[in-house]
Amino acid sequence: MAASSERSPPPFPDSEEPELLEDSDEGADAFTGTSISEMDSPSPDSTKPPKDIFNEPLEDIFSDPLSNINSEPQKKVDTKIPSPSSDEAVDLFSDPLDDDSEVVSSPEVQNPMPDLLNEPVQAPKSDVLGEPPVHKNAARQQDIFEDPPKGSSKSSSVKKAASAELFSDEDEEDLFKELPKVVTKKPQPSGPPVDVFTEVKSDVKVKPQVKDDPTDLFAEEALTAPAPKPSASSSSSRTNGVHSEEHDLFSEATVELSLDSPRNDRKKKDAVKPSVSAPVAPVASSSSKAPSKTLEELEEEESEDTFDLNISVTNPEKVGDGMNAYMAYKVSTQTSLTMFRSKTFTVRRRFSDFLGLYEKLSEKHLQNGYIVPPPPEKSILGMTKVKVGKEDPSSAEFVERRRAALERYLQRVVSHPSLLQDPDVREFLEKEELPRAVSTQALSGAGFLKMLNKATDAVSKMTIKMNEQDVWFDEKIQDVENEEQHMRKLHVMVESLVNHRKELSGNTAVFAKSVAMLGSSEDNTALSRALSQLAEVEDRIEQLHQEQAANDFFTFSELLADYIRLLGAVKGCFDQRMKAWQRWQDAENMLQKKREVEAKLLWANKPDKLQQAKDEIAEWEAKVTQYEREFERISATVRKEVIRFDKEKARDFKRQIIKYLESLLNSQQQLIKYWEAFLPEAKAIA
Amino acid sequence: IFLCVSPQQEGLDDGPDFLSEEDRGLRAVNVDLQTDATLQVDISDALSERDKVKFTVHTKSTLPNFKQNEFSVVRQHEEFIWLHDSFVENEEYAGYIIPPAPPRPDFDASREKLQKLGEGEGSMTKEEFTKMKQELEAEYLAIFKKTVAMHEVFLCRVAAHPVLRKDLNFHVFLEYNQDLSVRGKNKKEKLEDFFKNVVKSADGVLVAGVKDVDDFFEHEKTFLLEYHNRVKDSSAKSDRMIRSHKSAADDINRIASTLYTLGTQDSTDLCKFFLKVSELFEKTRKIEARVAADEDLKLADLLKYYLRESQAAKDLLYRRGRALVDYENANKALDKARAKNKDVLQAETTQQVCCQKFEKISESAKQELIDFKTRRVAAFRKNLVELAELELKHAKGNLQLLQSCLGVLKGDT
Repeated sequence: MAASSERSPPPFPDSEEPELLEDSDEGADAFTGTSISEMDSPSPDSTKPPKDIFNEPLEDIFSDPLSNINSEPQKKVDTKIPSPSSDEAVDLFSDPLDDDSEVVSSPEVQNPMPDLLNEPVQAPKSDVLGEPPVHKNAARQQDIFEDPPKGSSKSSSVKKAASAELFSDEDEEDLFKELPKVVTKKPQPSGPPVDVFTEVKSDVKVKPQVKDDPTDLFAEEALTAPAPKPSASSSSSRTNGVHSEEHDLFSEATVELSLDSPRNDRKKKDAVKPSVSAPVAPVASSSSKAPSKTLEELEEEESEDTFDLNISVTNPEKVGDGMNAYMAYKVSTQTSLTMFRSKTFTVRRRFSDFLGLYEKLSEKHLQNGYIVPPPPEKSILGMTKVKVGKEDPSSAEFVERRRAALERYLQRVVSHPSLLQDPDVREFLEKEELPRAVSTQALSGAGFLKMLNKATDAVSKMTIKMNEQDVWFDEKIQDVENEEQHMRKLHVMVESLVNHRKELSGNTAVFAKSVAMLGSSEDNTALSRALSQLAEVEDRIEQLHQEQAANDFFTFSELLADYIRLLGAVKGCFDQRMKAWQRWQDAENMLQKKREVEAKLLWANKPDKLQQAKDEIAEWEAKVTQYEREFERISATVRKEVIRFDKEKARDFKRQIIKYLESLLNSQQQLIKYWEAFLPEAKAIA
Repeated sequence: IFLCVSPQQEGLDDGPDFLSEEDRGLRAVNVDLQTDATLQVDISDALSERDKVKFTVHTKSTLPNFKQNEFSVVRQHEEFIWLHDSFVENEEYAGYIIPPAPPRPDFDASREKLQKLGEGEGSMTKEEFTKMKQELEAEYLAIFKKTVAMHEVFLCRVAAHPVLRKDLNFHVFLEYNQDLSVRGKNKKEKLEDFFKNVVKSADGVLVAGVKDVDDFFEHEKTFLLEYHNRVKDSSAKSDRMIRSHKSAADDINRIASTLYTLGTQDSTDLCKFFLKVSELFEKTRKIEARVAADEDLKLADLLKYYLRESQAAKDLLYRRGRALVDYENANKALDKARAKNKDVLQAETTQQVCCQKFEKISESAKQELIDFKTRRVAAFRKNLVELAELELKHAKGNLQLLQSCLGVLKGDT
């Protein structure tokens, strides 16, 4: 028991943070204010300037010192840069801030306070690490109860190893101490932050990972997650902390591994969530929900009207030779949006960059319930053909198909008001040289993990029995499921039409040749002439079929393929929501158990442990409230997103199908022309 | 399955609405009928039972050798073949292009599909099943009608032929109201036929190699050899083209029904949109299927018919060539006999018989080949004009459907 109680406090910092953030209007708002504008409002000019000032300096500052100091892979720098602007920074700062300010000011938060206070006290012991807590969260209660000693010893040992390297003996207290400084400065004009950060950096230097940026802070937290895991299963996570280079990869990996069981997952999310979810929270909490919705709708409409961003992907070009060859595409943007540095700009990107963009976006936004448009799949077969460099039409078709798919993908990304605001998107469109993102190799590794993850996800989905209270979601989830199924079916059929039309085109060409031959051997002059005319007509019809097959494919079939992928993304959002629900329910259960413990203690008359039990109850009550709120928040977001998605889908389908019907109409007009020209020839046979 | 079809009556197609008007064109087309009231033959009805088809052959005639002016008999495919073979074997007709025998009814593919459909009944929705069944029945009916048409064409050709129409076997075929007890050929006979054909084609090469003294026949020979091969090729290629066209039409059909299910999922704007598009596709696929069916009738069947007709013309040339070779050999034999002064009379008789035979064949063959060409040009003209007109009709139909649908859809959005 003692062991468990010791371990329990640490979780607070992680889990409490968001709570505090939300609750305390004073401190948090300063930050959330900016974050809202950054995330949600595409237009407000007034808020922008400050934002930019913040972001840009930050980026530079961050990246330079970072690379010097840490000599981390460039990759990392990138992921870090985005984070400051995307509010994660806010969290970073707000945490400590809250801690400090709250102690003094907000009485409501009193519960947490004691904990916070306790924490340091208790922490010292187990605290080298502060991690056990996380472990505890995640671990089922039973574990806690069953084998506290084991768990703690294990985790602490692991931790020691990790922490030694990671923190080089500094403990969190230091970190926090430093941070507060930063925070206090932050609210001030934009100039100072520079100092702040440099300061931070220098302080942090020693601990490469934690340091530089919010993501990392969280990543660190994520890293802590691995610690609990060792006890659970994975040994790989141990190596985690050790090699800072692998860090990114692993943080990803841990996310995926943690999905195995909803519980681990939940824990994971605790760690990661606050960072990203923070921006959304303010929206929900600052303005009451109903008004905020209408606001959002307004915003959406506005953004549709004022949306002025044309993206085209053109000029696919093979770069390099052999198996190292890749296709580079020209990404041109034309816009009057002030968030971009100029009105037109062009960059060259390769396929893996597009995938990298998706990875970054989904990492940040998926868990909030955003529908992140998925890019086209990797195609080893198609690409190998291109690499081998055979100039056959199928590889040209492959390249064109991919080019078009990438273009649609980017257009979908930027047409999402929130994603458009993401610095990664801007960087992708604007920045001349994009660091070799999340290298393809890593990606395929990630792809493998993803597959594993999907399988386990399916299992966990089965185990999670969510009794859906929300009728809207209940129906929508079913609808999406059905819709996806029908779309798949339809897609198969349209593909079959494409193939048959191609076949028809080929057979028509062959027939045309044959008729031409027949015509040449016919000894009646008029008939011979008519037959060669017929051959010509068939030749043109062959062209027509070919064009129509291309239209079947590009206008119709690819539309379906896109939406099958998008519906998958929608389902992903539903899953995120379900996970949030699960987390909340688990917390409820935990709270229930804690109450039972308290009751038992009361009955057994053990006052010495009573206080601790009460603390724990308070802790879990806070968590329940937090998770419930998070669940409500993600529900609201997903709902909003799905409504938006449906609107877009309707618009897309209508536009594309009309376009498709027009292509059919055009085909028929041509056909009429051809046969009308032929008719007199046939009549002239005598 | 029992299917009953009378090509004469227009209204009977419950399933496929394609074929109804167009299928009648075929027989009038391929055969350049001299409309002659003295003998008119048609197939008024047909019944498909398991593996055989029973044709009701209806005759109207004023010729004195028939007991009545109008009568009908029931005939099967084998009896048609018997009639055809009797023409071929008759030396008297060596100088004529024997109308090609109708192809054997082949419902195997269609039946197989129907059976498969029965097996797969559980795996599809009721609508899909009914739709598939209708499609297959339509396909079956189309093949059936074509079979009937081919048999009718054969009879019409014979009835229109100045000599063959007087043939006794033909009259028996038309009038004798009982089974002709014709049986299919047994294995031995088939084997004999096979060897006969091998010998014939080997001989054909030999005979074809002989330079003809007559420019007309020399020209016809080279023409027919090439023409036959080309028309064979075109016929095969047109079949493939039409088959893929049918597959595409089937796809559109399936797309229409899936769009329908998508559209009935909900009552949103987009669902209504899907329903409209589904309705459109449902109509355009019918037109598309008709385009394929009409191409089949107007183009593929025409080519197929001329594949067989040109073979018949080649056979005629072979018989003439054979007679020519016989005649030349008889001449040589006569010269020899005269030189040796031995059996001169016999050789002279033989030579005269051969000469007569050759001249008789040549005389009628020339006219037959000229007629063949006239018929061919007329048939191609008729079919190609009709083909173009049907293509236009369908394309315009499609265009109109698309235009009005687009009008509605755009108005809505």
